[in-house]
Amino acid sequence: MKYKLALAAALLSATFFASAASAKTFVFCSEGSPEGFDPGLYTAGTTFDASAHPIYNRLLEFKPGTTEPVAALAASWDISSDGTVYTFKLRPNVKFQTTDFFTPTRALNADDVIFSIDRQINASNPWAKYVSGASWEYADGMGFPKLIKSIEKVDDLTVKFTLNRAEAPFLADLAMPFASIMSKEYADSLDKAGKKEQLNQQPVGTGPFTFVGYQQDAVIRYKKNADYWGTAPKIDDLVFAITTDAAVRYQKLKAGECQLMPYPNAADVASMKTDKNLKVMEQEGLNIAYLAYNTTQPPFDKVEVRKALNMAINKKAIVDAVFQGMATPAVNPIPPTMWSYDKATKDDAYNLDEAKKLLASAGVKDLSMKLWAMPVSRPYMLNARRAAEIMQDDFAKIGVKAEIVSYEWAEYLQRSKDKNRDGAAIMGWTGDNGDPDNFLDTLLGCDAVGGNNRAQWCNKDFDALVKKAKATSDVGERTKLYEQAQQIFKKEAPWATIDHSLAVVPMAKGVTGFTQSPLGDFTFETVDISE
Amino acid sequence: MFGFLLRRIAVLIPTFIGVSIIAFSFIRMLPGDPVALLSGERVMSPERHAQISHDLGLDRPMVVQYLDYLNGILHGDFGSSIVSKKPILDQFMQLFPATVELSICAIIIAIALGIPAGVIAAIKRGSVFDQTLMGIALVGYSMPIFWWGLLLIILFSGTLQWFPVSGRISLMYFFPNVTGFMLIDSLISGQKGAFSSALSHLALPSIVLATIPLAVIARQTRSAMLEVLSEDYVRTARAKGLSPFRVVGIHALRNAMIPVITTIGLQIGVMLAGAILTETIFSWPGIGKWMVDSVFRRDYPVIQSGLLLIAAIIMIVNLIVDLMYGLINPRIRH
Repeated sequence: MKYKLALAAALLSATFFASAASAKTFVFCSEGSPEGFDPGLYTAGTTFDASAHPIYNRLLEFKPGTTEPVAALAASWDISSDGTVYTFKLRPNVKFQTTDFFTPTRALNADDVIFSIDRQINASNPWAKYVSGASWEYADGMGFPKLIKSIEKVDDLTVKFTLNRAEAPFLADLAMPFASIMSKEYADSLDKAGKKEQLNQQPVGTGPFTFVGYQQDAVIRYKKNADYWGTAPKIDDLVFAITTDAAVRYQKLKAGECQLMPYPNAADVASMKTDKNLKVMEQEGLNIAYLAYNTTQPPFDKVEVRKALNMAINKKAIVDAVFQGMATPAVNPIPPTMWSYDKATKDDAYNLDEAKKLLASAGVKDLSMKLWAMPVSRPYMLNARRAAEIMQDDFAKIGVKAEIVSYEWAEYLQRSKDKNRDGAAIMGWTGDNGDPDNFLDTLLGCDAVGGNNRAQWCNKDFDALVKKAKATSDVGERTKLYEQAQQIFKKEAPWATIDHSLAVVPMAKGVTGFTQSPLGDFTFETVDISE
Repeated sequence: MFGFLLRRIAVLIPTFIGVSIIAFSFIRMLPGDPVALLSGERVMSPERHAQISHDLGLDRPMVVQYLDYLNGILHGDFGSSIVSKKPILDQFMQLFPATVELSICAIIIAIALGIPAGVIAAIKRGSVFDQTLMGIALVGYSMPIFWWGLLLIILFSGTLQWFPVSGRISLMYFFPNVTGFMLIDSLISGQKGAFSSALSHLALPSIVLATIPLAVIARQTRSAMLEVLSEDYVRTARAKGLSPFRVVGIHALRNAMIPVITTIGLQIGVMLAGAILTETIFSWPGIGKWMVDSVFRRDYPVIQSGLLLIAAIIMIVNLIVDLMYGLINPRIRH
């Protein structure tokens, strides 16, 4: 008996090592730990990269390398003529992953879609509070609870969303990670076993990779989903080696301990480009950093004053000092990679004489102001204090005295949205779904005054244009409306647009098939490595 | 001895309550609202903010929150993280072995090198060896850990490629977490090369974490030895014709050890603080890194319970140190 056991063990280990030797493993040096594995509960890109993208799919997904929503779990869809009813036909025979902890007995159906979205918008859903302190930040932030009137199952493979109003970005919203589709069958089995919270710890989805295990703050392991409905991944195992320090990530990449890393230090990029074992991809990020004046407070209520300050800011100097050139000066409130970006807009040129004249014409003398600098580094603004110091210097040249103020990050977020805020605040935004509405209405619409609209700027013409565009489904028409809105924005100058940062992705030379996402996602469905 | 132990334990209870009050109230004094941080740049409506605060119990008076927290702890419930929504004790138990493993290796390095270095420096007082050693100890003591860690990574992992850059074991090894101690689990797994991989991953972080305690222990041993070596009984022992090894190794060292053990005990606390930086730089999944992340996220339950658990461990270590005094010097028991 003993010998038999030993033989079986030897055979098993031989099989293991044989398969381990031939398996293709791709290691991603990720920048942080996921907060959990239920994407609906969170807002961080780090969490989505570890959950939504490898494990799950959505009804629609962004076409790789673009922000265009294309069919994914929904094979097709119809939109009613008034833009309020969306009917999705689901892809048939999509299997959920089989794992050590769950074996599905049925394919994806409408119940899964309803379960995944309803728990996020309906407080009486038994899964609305399935973990302590559950909150659905993204669904709430995108206005889903008020927007969605009902979700109905028409038949097993047809699901109907009825909205309270027409909303053109709705399809793009559904392509966002929070709208990932989960297995209701799995959720029911957890409920029955009294282990609801495991939905957030041991995920099951329809995505290209199956979750294998997570060792907290260290490693996440996935394997290729053998039943994947899309094109099968080329790698067998995907590993996230969590490495929080950018300099250490770089050393790991150099040592061959991982094949791809996100968010390098700007100072390291030049040496990465000269390393013959590495290659570097870069793309303008879908983001913007800006200086928001409080347009309700004098003298910033005068457009001449805002324009004068805009003309005094040397954006090139900020881009060079803060980003070592890894950013571009911003002209419009949306990034150039986004559709409807108005190329005709002329930026307020850096011109100190003109700026002084404008201030004089506005009757403003000896202006003293507060300049708010964020205390944290964000992708769109690596060092707000440094940027503020450059602006302070620039403003001094036209006789404006700026005092730099800062608060702890949560305090900063809170205080900077105050309608009576004193001075101009550096802020920024990273796009969620590639829709211009996600910048123009979210950050500059009249409804956002006292909230995301930190310029407290409510321009009726601008607002009418973006609201009209939101309710229009024709992209050509929407583009025209957004272009007009950008012209009004530039003329009124509620912000000084500062920069769009570049997203830089260094990787080993042998990596192929990686597509950089304008949304900053890291997906490995199509990635391969040469031996 | 039993009475001594009881007295020491009785002192721990008020200390524990004191720590719980400090941990609970200090984190709330920091500016920054954990609920607002959940949505980041995306502004949360005031109604929603109020709802989430209510769900988390953060809208109740501080005293009520504290009593509730204390009640939970007495029932073994340390609460759940606001961010990850996971029970804190589970997370702590998962991460703590990593910190312990790292700290044990570091303290072994610090003791194994620090005590002999201090003894030799004391014996050869004023020599080039002594001065060089104390100079190195001063540099080691003043070294910024973050910079030192990165320097070692660049040299030994990046350039020379002698050691891996970070992590606890090579990613090719994958086995169940039995004890949480990678060295032990790698042995249990029986996978070839796993143990040596775990050991090589421990090397650089242990050296970095051991640097400051090593310097402190070496300096403390040296001064304690110098003091003891000038005592009458050492002179007597020498006069009796005992070998220098017996004089130093048996008679002097045992008495010099009392302040050194105090120092080692104190270094355990210093080590947990040092672990925060070491774990961050070496992506070592321990409690130090977990606590830092939680402070940035204003994850109140994790910080207050995590601090309490760490404080409890330091208290236990100090208790053990006190008991060891008793063993070394019976007079202290009374």
